[in-house]
Formats: sequence, structure tokens, C-alpha cells
Amino acid sequence: MIDVIGLDKHFGTLHVLRALDLRIARGRVTAIVGPNGAGKTTLIKSLLGLVHPDAGSIRIKDTMVNADVRYRAGIGYMPQIVRFPENLSGRDLIALLTHLRGAAVARDEELIDAFALGEHLSKPVRTLSGGTRQKINALLAFLFRPELLVLDEPTAGLDPLSSSLLKDRILAARGVGGTVVLTSHVMSELEELADDVAFLVDGRVAYIGTLFDLKHMTNQSNLERAIAVMMRQGMAA
Amino acid sequence: MTTILKVTGYGVRNLVRSRWLLLYAFFFLASAEGLLRFSSDGTKALLSLSSVVLFVVPLVSVVFGTVYLYNAREFTEMLLAQPVRRSHLFAGLYLGLMLPLAIALGTGILIPFALRGLLRGADGGTLVILVFTGAALTAVFTALAFGIALRIEDRLRGVGAAIGIWLLFALFYDGLLLLLVALFADYPMEKPVLALVLANPVDLARVLLLLRFDLAALMGYTGAVFQQLFGGWTGSLLAATALTLWIAIPFACGQRRFRRKDF
Repeated sequence: MIDVIGLDKHFGTLHVLRALDLRIARGRVTAIVGPNGAGKTTLIKSLLGLVHPDAGSIRIKDTMVNADVRYRAGIGYMPQIVRFPENLSGRDLIALLTHLRGAAVARDEELIDAFALGEHLSKPVRTLSGGTRQKINALLAFLFRPELLVLDEPTAGLDPLSSSLLKDRILAARGVGGTVVLTSHVMSELEELADDVAFLVDGRVAYIGTLFDLKHMTNQSNLERAIAVMMRQGMAA
Repeated sequence: MTTILKVTGYGVRNLVRSRWLLLYAFFFLASAEGLLRFSSDGTKALLSLSSVVLFVVPLVSVVFGTVYLYNAREFTEMLLAQPVRRSHLFAGLYLGLMLPLAIALGTGILIPFALRGLLRGADGGTLVILVFTGAALTAVFTALAFGIALRIEDRLRGVGAAIGIWLLFALFYDGLLLLLVALFADYPMEKPVLALVLANPVDLARVLLLLRFDLAALMGYTGAVFQQLFGGWTGSLLAATALTLWIAIPFACGQRRFRRKDF
């Protein structure tokens, strides 16, 4: 689904991505993990065309990123923090995105009911709580039944009920052939969702493989400890 | 094209409901109303109102515009993740800010004049020019604001730069020009001064207005020079063209920056 080859990016003197190669398989949930500053966010933003790489290429399905903007019609993106224009309502935002996508697809409004968002959608965003905004953020990512979901810390700020509802939706999306790329600081959550793990250190992929193999390789029973072992080895190396 | 219109539409919808914009419109309403009450005739009120517009519009446009784009940062990222072209998105964001500001200015000024039936005649013409000049200044300074917000990552420094730009064009420029003329009093200075007037959008707006009032000398040295060199249409046309360039060039630079930026 996604082919990243030799991706390189500097921010000033900071070398954030160092000839990063990554292949993400279709129909699977891939977790991007790594220490702070490893380049996770930059990688995700490059997939969306928000960051222009210095070198290297990204192919999503059959389109090169940055060649044509239409590939983004197949992507649902849930950013980590989102600040919507204060005086717009959830419905305004849905309408805006629908216009921008010119979407002919029937919208997936299941999350409106699941999150009980109905009445909140007509209020201006500024009157809504942080959690409710995050629910709208999730709703917008799933709205157009994208083939590829890019989720940056999707459950941050959600209560346990909403968080588990969202996780169900992520797994449901995979169930119908969707590809999911996500990051999270909550390892138990990734353990629940991820099929594959890409471990980033210093702008490179230090490990990519299935969650099972990673645990097996590091001889640990859960992802958190497996990652800890990887990080310790990374520092030693 | 439709992307530009849609994004503009939602920007307008967002801002029209904003208290700040309401306050901005009310400020001009109150100024126009007050000046009309305390002046003996419409022309004098218009002259005072012109000074208010030349002073306040650049300040609010550049500062509010800079803060606006900083606040819209995360939302902009979200829009960029949609299948839209960056140049279209930029134009939409720009118009979505510039149009509500210009509309607030226009309605605030026009209502008191309209209520007194002063929209016709010579004053009416000047009023229209005042509104258009104010709108042009809004366009110039919001474009500059977007340029600042895209170039400077740090918000505090960005707002500082915005205020600096306003201070430069609205306050210091005329003083520096006078100083220059005083220093080179023995040389013919008309042409260099003219060139310097063209390089300041606030001066250009002032010239456009002053050529209507026949009172150039009352409003700064630059106005006087301009009127001396160009009366009537030539001057207006030249000033209007230069002002248009002052909108087009910062806009194009901002758009270029926006296309290449890493978010």
C-alpha cells in the first residue's frame, strides 16, 4: 500500500529522517513507534504531503506523493492536536470537507451515533469540550470511508468508552480491507490494534515486522517491554 | 476554483460570527457616527474618518491577520491533508480573512452616511473611494500578515514583526522621508520622494484620498509632493496601480511560501 524509499529530511541542522525505507502492507494495522524525536511525526506528515522531503520518494497505491493531490482523497487523517475554527460547527466542518473532496461516496456517519455526537454537531466548536472535539476529529477521519487511515495518537483525550469505540472502528476498518497507520504512546493500545510494528530510531527504521515476531525476537511478553529492550539495544549500539 | 470559493466561504462564515469582527465593524460605525455629529459638514467628517482608516486598518489587518493564521495552523494542516491544491487553499484562507475585514469596514462606515442620505454627490464619491481604499489597505496588510505568519514560526516574534511593519509604514515612514528631504534640501528631491511614496502602501492610500480633498498639505509631506507632481487622474491612476501591486506581490510571495512550506 505504501512504499517509502530513501526518505531524507533536514529541519535546519537537524537530520530528522535518514534515508528511511519502509513498506506498509495493505489491509493491516501498522504501528509506528520510537523514542521522542525519532521522526514519527515527520514520517506521517510526509505521507500526507505536509512535509516536503529533501530526497527519496513515497508511493501510496500507485501515486507518487506530491505529484498529484488526488491521492489524498483515499486518506483519512486524524491529527494529534486539532483546533477547528472556533465559530464553525461540526456540521459546517463535515460540509466543508465534503465539498473539498467532492465526495460521491456515501459518508460513514456511524461514529456520530456511536459517540452520541448528534446534538453537539450544531454547536460552535468553541463551546465543546476537548474530548468532544477529539471525537469530531475522529469522525472526520472516518467520514469518507478511506482506504488508508493515518491516525496520530487517536485516543488521546478520549474517555475509556469512546476510546474503545474508536478502537473497534479501527479494527472494523481493517476488517473491510482498510490500511491503518497509527502512532500512540500507549503501548497496550498498540498491542491491541497493531499487526505490524515499525520501530524508528534516529530517522531510520530499526525494525519492521509483525508484533508477534518482535515479542519473540526480544523474548518479551508484551510490546512495551519489547520496545524497551529495542531502545536499550539501540542506545548500546 | 471551487476549492478557493469553498474555503473562502467557510472563512467568512467563521469570522462573521466572531465577536472581534463585530467589534471592528462597530468601531468604524461609532467613528463615522461621532465624526458626522461633531463636524459641520460631511466633507470634514470624511477627512477625519480618512485619518482614522489610514491609521487603524493597517494595524488591525496586519496584527489580526498574523494571529489568525497562527491560530488556524492545525486546521490548515487538516485541510492540507485533503485532496486540495496548496495554492488554492492559500487563496481561500486569504480571501476568507480579507473579505470579512473589508466588509466590516465598509458597513461600519457606510451605515451612518446612508442614514443621513449622504451617499450621493461629491461626498458620496469620496466615501466610495474611502471604502475602496480601506479595502485595498486591508488586502495589502492581510497579505503581509500571512507572509509574516508563514515565515516566522514563533508567534510572539511574528506578532512583534507585524506591529513593526505597521509602525514602519504608518508612523516612521513619513518622518524618515521628511528627514531625508531636510538633509538633502539643496538637491531636487521630487523624483526620489515620489519613488519612496510608491514604496509605502499607506502613503499610496493617503494620496488616493487626498487627491479628492484638495488638502494634500494637511496630511503629511508625501501627499504634498504627490499632488504637486500629479493632479487629477494621472496621480490617482498611478497610486491605484501601485497599490494593486502592493496587494499582488505580497500575496504571490505568501502563496509561493505556502506551497513550499513544511507543516
